[in-house]
Amino acid sequence: MRGIKLLSMAGAVAACLLVAGAATAGSRSEASPSGAAPSTLIYAGASDPTYLDPALVSDGESFRVTKQIFESLVDFAPGTTRLVPALATSWSVAKNGRTYTFNLRGGVRFHDGTAFNAAAVCANFNRWFNFSGPFQDASATLYYQKIFSGYRRNENATLGKPLYQSCRAVGGLKAVVKLTRKNGPFVPSLVLSAFSMQSPTAMAKYGANQGTIRNGVFAPIGTYAFRNPTGTGPYMLEKWTVGESVILKKNPRYWNKKQPRLARIIIRPISDNTARVQALQTGEVFGIDLLSPPLVATVRGNSRLKVLSRPAFNVAYVTIQSAKPPMNDIRVRRAVAYGLNRQLVVNSFYAGRAQVAHAFMPPSLPGYAKDVVKYSFNPTRARQLLREAGCGPPCKIEFWYPTGISRPYMPDPKANYEAFKASLEQSGFDVQTTSMPWRPDYVKNVNQGTAGHLNLIGWTGDYADADNFIGTFFQGDSPQFQEKNAALDKLLNAAEQEVNQAKRIKMYQQANRLIMQNLPGVPYAHSTPALGFQKRVQGYYTSPIGTDLFKTVFLGGQ
Amino acid sequence: MLRFVVRRLLLLIPILFGVSVLLFFWVRALPGSPAESLLGERATPALVAAYKERFGLNEPIWRQYVTYMETTVADRDLGISVATHRQVTDEIRQRFPATVELALAAMLFSVSLGIPLGFIAAKRYGGPIDHGSLFLSLIGISVPIFVLAILLKYIFAVRLGWLPSVGRIDLLIFDAKHPTNFYVLDAILTRDWSTLWDVLKHLILPAVALGSIPLAIIARITRSAVLDVQNEDYVRTARAKGMSPGIVDRRHVLRNALLPVTTVIGLQTGLLLSGAILTETVFAYPGMGSWLRDAIFNRDYPVLQGGILFLALVFVLVNLVVDVAYAVINPRIRYSG
Repeated sequence: MRGIKLLSMAGAVAACLLVAGAATAGSRSEASPSGAAPSTLIYAGASDPTYLDPALVSDGESFRVTKQIFESLVDFAPGTTRLVPALATSWSVAKNGRTYTFNLRGGVRFHDGTAFNAAAVCANFNRWFNFSGPFQDASATLYYQKIFSGYRRNENATLGKPLYQSCRAVGGLKAVVKLTRKNGPFVPSLVLSAFSMQSPTAMAKYGANQGTIRNGVFAPIGTYAFRNPTGTGPYMLEKWTVGESVILKKNPRYWNKKQPRLARIIIRPISDNTARVQALQTGEVFGIDLLSPPLVATVRGNSRLKVLSRPAFNVAYVTIQSAKPPMNDIRVRRAVAYGLNRQLVVNSFYAGRAQVAHAFMPPSLPGYAKDVVKYSFNPTRARQLLREAGCGPPCKIEFWYPTGISRPYMPDPKANYEAFKASLEQSGFDVQTTSMPWRPDYVKNVNQGTAGHLNLIGWTGDYADADNFIGTFFQGDSPQFQEKNAALDKLLNAAEQEVNQAKRIKMYQQANRLIMQNLPGVPYAHSTPALGFQKRVQGYYTSPIGTDLFKTVFLGGQ
Repeated sequence: MLRFVVRRLLLLIPILFGVSVLLFFWVRALPGSPAESLLGERATPALVAAYKERFGLNEPIWRQYVTYMETTVADRDLGISVATHRQVTDEIRQRFPATVELALAAMLFSVSLGIPLGFIAAKRYGGPIDHGSLFLSLIGISVPIFVLAILLKYIFAVRLGWLPSVGRIDLLIFDAKHPTNFYVLDAILTRDWSTLWDVLKHLILPAVALGSIPLAIIARITRSAVLDVQNEDYVRTARAKGMSPGIVDRRHVLRNALLPVTTVIGLQTGLLLSGAILTETVFAYPGMGSWLRDAIFNRDYPVLQGGILFLALVFVLVNLVVDVAYAVINPRIRYSG
């Protein structure tokens, strides 16, 4: 019977394919079927970008790509949180604290040939300010709303008075931006890819300002955000195949003639942690982000690979629901702080990639105070405080932790939780456990202030300003942090509106001292996330906020 | 036959309607909503409330369903993904070809090995080969697919370096054309043989991992069918007439034994086309399975509703094809209108 013969032959072919694969196996970069020169970097993130109009996205995977295509007025020095010039060579603020003058870099053009000048800067500021309809949805312009509060015409009662007032082009290379009020985080926040400069010509041509909300979901309509993102950056979009790769090619007219050093960057989505590491081991990718702590040793143990660290720009903390008895007694909160063995957790579950946190912001940020009250593990002191407060011991409390999640600041929540539970019980607490899936139940309860007396959570910073940490947590009413402290609120409001950096730093330092006295929670770790690379990848600087630049990267031997 | 096919096609309408109702209520029975899923740590109660308002999640559920059907029918599409903000139909167009290629490769693997294995096991009934094939079948069914996938990757990709570990194609092939998104077909159409070889290499490990379960099932069904058939009167008669054993096996035993196997192949193909969540995730294979997995985590209602509705349609159509094929293979079967 011919069918059987065919089937048998097919079986033989299938079996032989495995063996035959060996014949053509080899190092991918040297022996790719197309014979491409090793001037291409393949890098793996966790997922696809959402889309490529940076003003309309808020996720790290999108920013990973837009940061290569677009540039902002200011940026961080590679690998630090120090502000340096980018498209603006310098900037100054007037005495009124509300008028900023940006002197722009000359000779810069967008990828489509449009000149970058003050008019383009104003066009971008005005675009954000004039967003209307679907573009005022938080899912579209989250970061604009966070920094600039509102639009020219707010269409939603939850929006605030806009921070932005006007922009004026003075000559070709000077842009004067006026704000409606003083705002300290304004310039640091311009580092965000969301505030990148985009070509006004390309945006008009490819429908960047067309969008819709359908069944509650915002989506751009034009092709700009998918096929025609146009910035001044070192790389330009060549091709995006969803689920497979984003291919960026060198911008031949980039203003810095020494950069970029590679002809192409390919960013591919690999959601599974182990699969990312295996792709690095096989040479299918040259670098990976989000290397989980348990896999660090695997990469380190491979002679062809290396591990890089991202500077700590996060905080893991235990929220204390301080409106809920017995946590409304400061003595019980202090007992919690003394009862959490933070050093043990950091030593045991972070693979040597974390330090104990003593404040709700990383030490690298201006405004960090070294002289806050510190709470070393002290079960005796904790029991004494509980007795003074009249709560046991044992003092009964409910402690929550999330399941099904690993965060850079909390790689294994259950392990952290179990160690903390043991140390709290040693310190006179009777701990009741509640666990819940991270998405959506756990996060919802934490944010609503309904997640027990204590819960595990954390934060990764978006931009290099104390406002993005302690301002976000404690300014105004937050259901998550129920501690009402008028002095702290006043201090944080004043710090937000102060433009003198020295004064701001002092205000945030004072705020940190107040926070650690009042204990709305207990910070316990600043982790340094890991990245894996092949050793021949050189010139890679890890950004604290996760938006690494590829323009300095080259491959060894070039 | 034609009347049968037309009637089955018309039955699609109530089936898909029923599936859409079930899906709609099922995805909303999942705890939480897209708002908390997508906003994560930044999901302040105010943002969540505003999001739910815009998403219509505060409406009664029956009204949400009516709105969903109205927009789906009026706009003739399946909505926009909450997570990727892309049209669900565009994503299906992009991802379904990948799943089809993987499913067909897995079926090719399992059929081409499963039928000969089952046949030989039956012919050597009670012997070491029979016991060996049963043991292998048992392993194929009981080893979790992700364990097998990780094991295969570790051996053939990481240790030996013979085969790629992720994706559909080497990303350094910049000049490959994908007019249909079926990469194997595209490579053949464009006569790009080096790309064809590369795409096939990318299919081997996921296809073997995914095909392990159908392989075990097909081998066992083939074995038991051959055992049944070879004791039938017409087989004994053929042997008594002096026909050579090979001819008896091919013409009488295997041909009749393959009828139930055909049904299993059809059903398994339908299942494989529904997406292979674990396999696609482990191999970072951009098909329907990994897409739906992300949608579940994100509570991406439009993707879950649209994607699964589409797969239900595929499953029903594949079953229809199986029924028709059954009649073609076995002339004794006649479908009445």
